[in-house]
Amino acid sequence: MSLLISSPHTHSGKSVHSTMLLVMVALAPATIFGLYLFGLPAISLFLITILGCVLAEAMALKIMGKPVGKYLSDGSAILTGWLLAMSLPPTAPWWIGLLGAFLAIIIGKQVFGGIGQNLFNPAMVARVALLISFPLEMTTWVTVDGVSGATTLGHIRTETGQGHTLSSFTDSLPSVSDMGLGMIGGSMGETSAVLLLLGGLFLLWKRIITWHIPVSLLGTLLLLAGVMHAINPNVYPSVEVHLLAGATLLGAFFIATDLVTSPVSATGQLIFGAGCGLLVYVIRTWAGYPEGMAFAVLLMNAVTPLIDHYFRPRIYGRDRKGEPLNYASGENK
Amino acid sequence: MKLFRIRGGVHPHDCKTLSADKAIEDLPMPSLLHIPLQQHIGAAAKPAVKRGDHVLKGQLLANSQGMISAPIHAPTSGRVVGVGHYPAHHASGLSVHTITLQPDGKDEWVELFPPADPFALDPAEIATRVAAAGIVGMGGATFPSAVKLNLRNRYSLHTLVINGAECEPYLTCDDRIMREYSANVIDGIRVMAYALGVENIIIGIENNKPQAQAAMREAATAFPNIQVVGLPMRYPMGSEKHLVQTLTGLETPARGLTADIGIVVHNPATALAVRDALCEGKPLVSRVMTVSGGAIQQPRNLRVLLGTKVQDVIDYCQGFREEPTRLISGGPMMGNVLPDTRVPTVKGCNGILALTAKEVSENQESPCIRCASCVQACPCGLLPLEMAANARAGNLDAVTKLGLMDCIACGSCSYVCPAHIPLVQYFNYAKGELASRQRAKHKQDETKRLIEQRNERMAAQERAKKEMMERRKREAAAKKAAAAAAAAKTAQEASA
Amino acid sequence: MTAILILMTLGLLLGGLLGLAGQYFKVEGNPLQEEIESLLPGSQCGQCGFPGCSPAAEAIANGAAPVTACPPGGKALAETLAAKLGVSVDLSGVADKGPMIAYVHENLCIGCTKCFKRCPTDAILGSSKQIHAVFADACTGCEKCFEVCPTECIEMRPLTHTVQTWYWPSPMMTGVAA
Repeated sequence: MSLLISSPHTHSGKSVHSTMLLVMVALAPATIFGLYLFGLPAISLFLITILGCVLAEAMALKIMGKPVGKYLSDGSAILTGWLLAMSLPPTAPWWIGLLGAFLAIIIGKQVFGGIGQNLFNPAMVARVALLISFPLEMTTWVTVDGVSGATTLGHIRTETGQGHTLSSFTDSLPSVSDMGLGMIGGSMGETSAVLLLLGGLFLLWKRIITWHIPVSLLGTLLLLAGVMHAINPNVYPSVEVHLLAGATLLGAFFIATDLVTSPVSATGQLIFGAGCGLLVYVIRTWAGYPEGMAFAVLLMNAVTPLIDHYFRPRIYGRDRKGEPLNYASGENK
Repeated sequence: MKLFRIRGGVHPHDCKTLSADKAIEDLPMPSLLHIPLQQHIGAAAKPAVKRGDHVLKGQLLANSQGMISAPIHAPTSGRVVGVGHYPAHHASGLSVHTITLQPDGKDEWVELFPPADPFALDPAEIATRVAAAGIVGMGGATFPSAVKLNLRNRYSLHTLVINGAECEPYLTCDDRIMREYSANVIDGIRVMAYALGVENIIIGIENNKPQAQAAMREAATAFPNIQVVGLPMRYPMGSEKHLVQTLTGLETPARGLTADIGIVVHNPATALAVRDALCEGKPLVSRVMTVSGGAIQQPRNLRVLLGTKVQDVIDYCQGFREEPTRLISGGPMMGNVLPDTRVPTVKGCNGILALTAKEVSENQESPCIRCASCVQACPCGLLPLEMAANARAGNLDAVTKLGLMDCIACGSCSYVCPAHIPLVQYFNYAKGELASRQRAKHKQDETKRLIEQRNERMAAQERAKKEMMERRKREAAAKKAAAAAAAAKTAQEASA
Repeated sequence: MTAILILMTLGLLLGGLLGLAGQYFKVEGNPLQEEIESLLPGSQCGQCGFPGCSPAAEAIANGAAPVTACPPGGKALAETLAAKLGVSVDLSGVADKGPMIAYVHENLCIGCTKCFKRCPTDAILGSSKQIHAVFADACTGCEKCFEVCPTECIEMRPLTHTVQTWYWPSPMMTGVAA
């Protein structure tokens, strides 16, 4: 009747499966909107990427002799594929999705030992690898009306790179409401800021993520953007552009908060988020790429073990150094 | 009263409605009682009776051994039919020294000598009487209460906290005790405060027990030094260090006692037992426990004679509704599985739960996804995921460094873990393995000492033997010489 | 070309330095042996196959015997030794036997005193023509008494757990873990 099993003898009912499922639910509104916006090519790319991830996961598990059904059913491969698809140009050729899927699962996840063991966010590993290997395919964007063009950030980058001041081409930038609603070019994850924010709040409400990473990431990024814009509004885009264009919200709520690759303590998460925010701003402003979320997250992923090691919660009854608290006030006879 | 926040914690479904409305009933006299000699932390008691003896209710069955121990008394009158081994009230299913008593049905008390007025006694005398009554911490820790009442000798104390949090789901025995015996509990609390020499008394009761709060407030109206405080519902509010922090904002130092910050914590059931011992002279022979869980036909709160078989208790509750997945002593968060229903009930058993598969929601362990739910849930600021990973790899030094000994095994981490990793069991294993290595080390040192002793003794014997031989040789030589001299003399005389 | 030359000279120089260092800082004797000997139980029981703890320590120090060689030391000792020597060790085989202690069958014992004369830790109580008993806390399971008993009344029994010494098995052992 009773196994030799330790307490507790009850459980919250949370599972890896349900956690992944809730993240997908949170992603759904923005995804559906994006698929509707970009139509058939986006839908097929989305499906191919996810199927590719599941296939790659199944193959890797089979090769390593792990129970395929058990691990596949946790839904992590689907989620990786989903996030990757969200970060690809919606009209990219089908093989980009498939290749990305294999890169994400095999290189990003399984070579590290599978779920929970990977150092880097798998979807971002794949995105960055693709971006570096196939710059043409990965930077050909289509605007909502089907005309090919650059993303908002890309456009700003190109123009300022040519020495134009921001004010000289403000008219060619989308309006704040367009960016907020998602009526702009870019990957699916870069479109509807409002729906992504909604999904993020849902994750916070369901306690899948905590407020630390999104708040410190957005806080750092927007603070920097605000300060720099105030210093020279002709070179540095405004806070709204940084918040609403590009993958800011997707990154803050869905990418940087990836459970496996972010620090575990609250302090660690604050530092991690701030680091991401800082790097995103630096890359967007001064580095060679118009968008830096993927690079920023990967770079911070690399220091996650270090952050985890140095920023541990204070243990009850001990000071920060780990020595027992001392009540030398004469309480102890 | 201003309360202070504690970190972490979880909000399990409290499931108390199953038994909260059931008044405490006396369990009918069982046919046989198996009274273990170890129902407390510390050394096992030593039998004071032998097979065939007739004993009265409350008569001493076994003496306490050493400073940290507790005596055992006969729960009813009857005949001792055995002093031997019997399966323990313990997850391992191992046996312990147990006295088996066959009740004679008369339930006849031994002559009792209650003091006329406990408050006229010397505080040390109260602790002595509490020790003699075999009272231990009834919240489940089973630490001898008298030791805690004597803390005034070593610490300067200012507050007695009564832990009526009862934060474990299902359990309602403290709730019922505080509702039904509020006056007696207050008496017991006052006696304990007197023994400790403290004025200030705080009774903390979680807000899911409004009736108990009201009853205790009512009973405490005459005593302005007693405060009844409602506690927020959050597990593990009943952990004494966390309870004290919630009430006073003071944090107990690691490896220390709450006495380090001038506070002693006792349980309401212990207070009731202290009151019975000091006002009526009765030793601890029974306790109130909750019988509950989805697999129990009729959940109840029962006063059970110590040593009653769990089976008898369950039978009184009309048995099982369905075959339980787990049978547990204590609450679902920190209780332990019982190997079977033959085992006796003991002083520290505040609940017997028969849980269904749905309630337990057992699941296969899967890899950690580092979601940090455990870090958020840990009330002690530990990193359960790192500790478990190291324990799993057998890296016990690392686990210790991460704060294994600061873990209170509350189970919050396992409760929230989406990967269903049995974190607490990893920690229990690591703690046990460390203790076992320490014992092995101790034995090795002891062995070395014994060997050296023996070698010295052997060498001494050898030396003694040699000396003896030499002495004999010398003596023999002397004798020979003497004999020769004597012979020479006689020869001389003869010749002369 | 210059690069190769520089590297070659560097290699030769450093190699020579290492060789010289090996010559000059050579450690005479083995200080490890003493350290290891101090860790061993010292009952000279011979279960390891060496004539005593000192030769065993020597063998362990120079790698001729595994760190798991000492049965009475058990898992704990093996782990300490492994840590000291910086070797990794598979402890799965060590715990199998577990600690053993001697047990005297009273109906067979003739009180010959042979066993307690042999016992290195004075763990056997009794005197001539009296039945002997084993003091479990002092017995190291060295089997010396077991060997000399003329009536074979001594049995080596595994040391059983009590409620005090029992502890939770690792979830990996019980199959709770995947």
